[in-house]
Amino acid sequence: MRVALAFLRGDLSAAGRVVPPTGFTARLTLLTAAAMAFLAVFALALSLATGRLADRWSEALARSATIRISAPSEQMQAQVQAVLAVLSTTPGIATYRALESEEMKALLGPWFGPDLPVDSLPLPQLIEVTETAEGIDAEGLRLRLAAEVPGAILDDHTRWRRPLVAAAERLRMLGLLSLVLIGGAMAGMITLAAQAALAANGQVIRVLRLVGARDAFIAKAFVRRFTLRGLAGAVLGTAAGMIAIALLPATDEAGAFLTGLGFAGAGWLWPLVIPPLAAVVAYVATRAAALRMLKGIR
Amino acid sequence: MIELQNVAMSYGGGELLSEMTLKLVPGSFHFLTGPSGAGKTTFLKLCYAELLPSAGQLSLFGSDVRGLGRDEIAGLRQRIGVVHQDCQFLDHLSVAENVALPLTATARSVNEGELRELLSWVGLRAQAEALPPQLSGGERQRAALARAVMMSPDVILADEPTGNLDWEMSLRLLSLLVELNKMGKTVVIATHDLNLIRMAKKEVAARVLRIANRHLQLAGADL
Repeated sequence: MRVALAFLRGDLSAAGRVVPPTGFTARLTLLTAAAMAFLAVFALALSLATGRLADRWSEALARSATIRISAPSEQMQAQVQAVLAVLSTTPGIATYRALESEEMKALLGPWFGPDLPVDSLPLPQLIEVTETAEGIDAEGLRLRLAAEVPGAILDDHTRWRRPLVAAAERLRMLGLLSLVLIGGAMAGMITLAAQAALAANGQVIRVLRLVGARDAFIAKAFVRRFTLRGLAGAVLGTAAGMIAIALLPATDEAGAFLTGLGFAGAGWLWPLVIPPLAAVVAYVATRAAALRMLKGIR
Repeated sequence: MIELQNVAMSYGGGELLSEMTLKLVPGSFHFLTGPSGAGKTTFLKLCYAELLPSAGQLSLFGSDVRGLGRDEIAGLRQRIGVVHQDCQFLDHLSVAENVALPLTATARSVNEGELRELLSWVGLRAQAEALPPQLSGGERQRAALARAVMMSPDVILADEPTGNLDWEMSLRLLSLLVELNKMGKTVVIATHDLNLIRMAKKEVAARVLRIANRHLQLAGADL
């Protein structure tokens, strides 16, 4: 940390002033770093939000199962009782209960309206099962139900959960990939700006060579400047990105995906990593460009 | 100190300098003459290893330059002060900062007292905070000389230092170089000003070298 601070403070020293201020590349680097940091905040928010979503979906669906009983109406009650009996002796189950007709009506309401005559329709009976942390042996329960209650089918939500969680995981990976691409694009742009500055300051480099400056000194004079610009731009971009995220509509009960895009709790600390990382990217990119160029000048 | 053994320098297939052999001994004073385009600047660039010879052996302070890395050459350049005709200043820095640049560029601290003394020696104390474009031609050359001697080098190479100066200013600059030579510094001045050479020979035992037909010749006797 002390070395980093001394490095940054050096821009104010005589050594830092040997490179003349160059307005265009300064503005370009600042703008690039700010824009990339702004985008990085959103990519980070997307990545964190999809991560939370994947966890939530995975946890919510993994802890529950549904048993669907299809039977003629005169056998329905007996089959329900048989299923409840099987569940009462099945390990890994926290709670279970048959849904009331009002609950069935509420479930079907969004599709068929509130006046649905549930009792007169040949609907299957649903039994909601909540699992303990250990979970149930789904395959074992399926076999028992097939043997004892042929009309009962266990749905442990696996076929729903897997694609949802996979989609969320894929989104999280895309968010992380975006972060890497943003970092790469920023490194590329800062390298171009640094090369432009180095080319524009060929005379400065020749004079420094003439008076005995070594590669490390010359490179440092440029690297320090671009690192500071990268850091300053990234601070501005990160701050703007965090404000924009904070101004997004809050998560509501509907839980729409976009309203959930943001940071939660300690997640707000993650964007603070972006400016130092941007400074490191600027440092590495400029140093590589400077040393590559200096190889061609004796 | 600086030694050339059968050194040749080629540009784009053509040889500009051939079979140059010279040994600069400590405390010597040399003039380098020759017509424009003869290769005086190229010769000086060889002497501070901005260019590498295309043939022959060039040694700086006992080291063959071909075996040296850029940083090692930079280290040797700290022992060589160079004065260019166009001075090569950093125009955004003050005169004092330009003069102190050899120290700044090698991460050494600048002794303000010594810097003021050096500026006074070249008569630029009052212009210390001025920017190079604000100086006259003579002042720029003196500032360039001050920068060249800032590190107390063993050798001073001056490339047409009086090319843009009037006679009075040329003599003033020459007197500074003569003074440095009397302090033990090796001095090489590339010039085509024969009057300047004649004036110098009254003060110091200067050897005059001439580049003609790509070769280095001793030309002192006829001046």
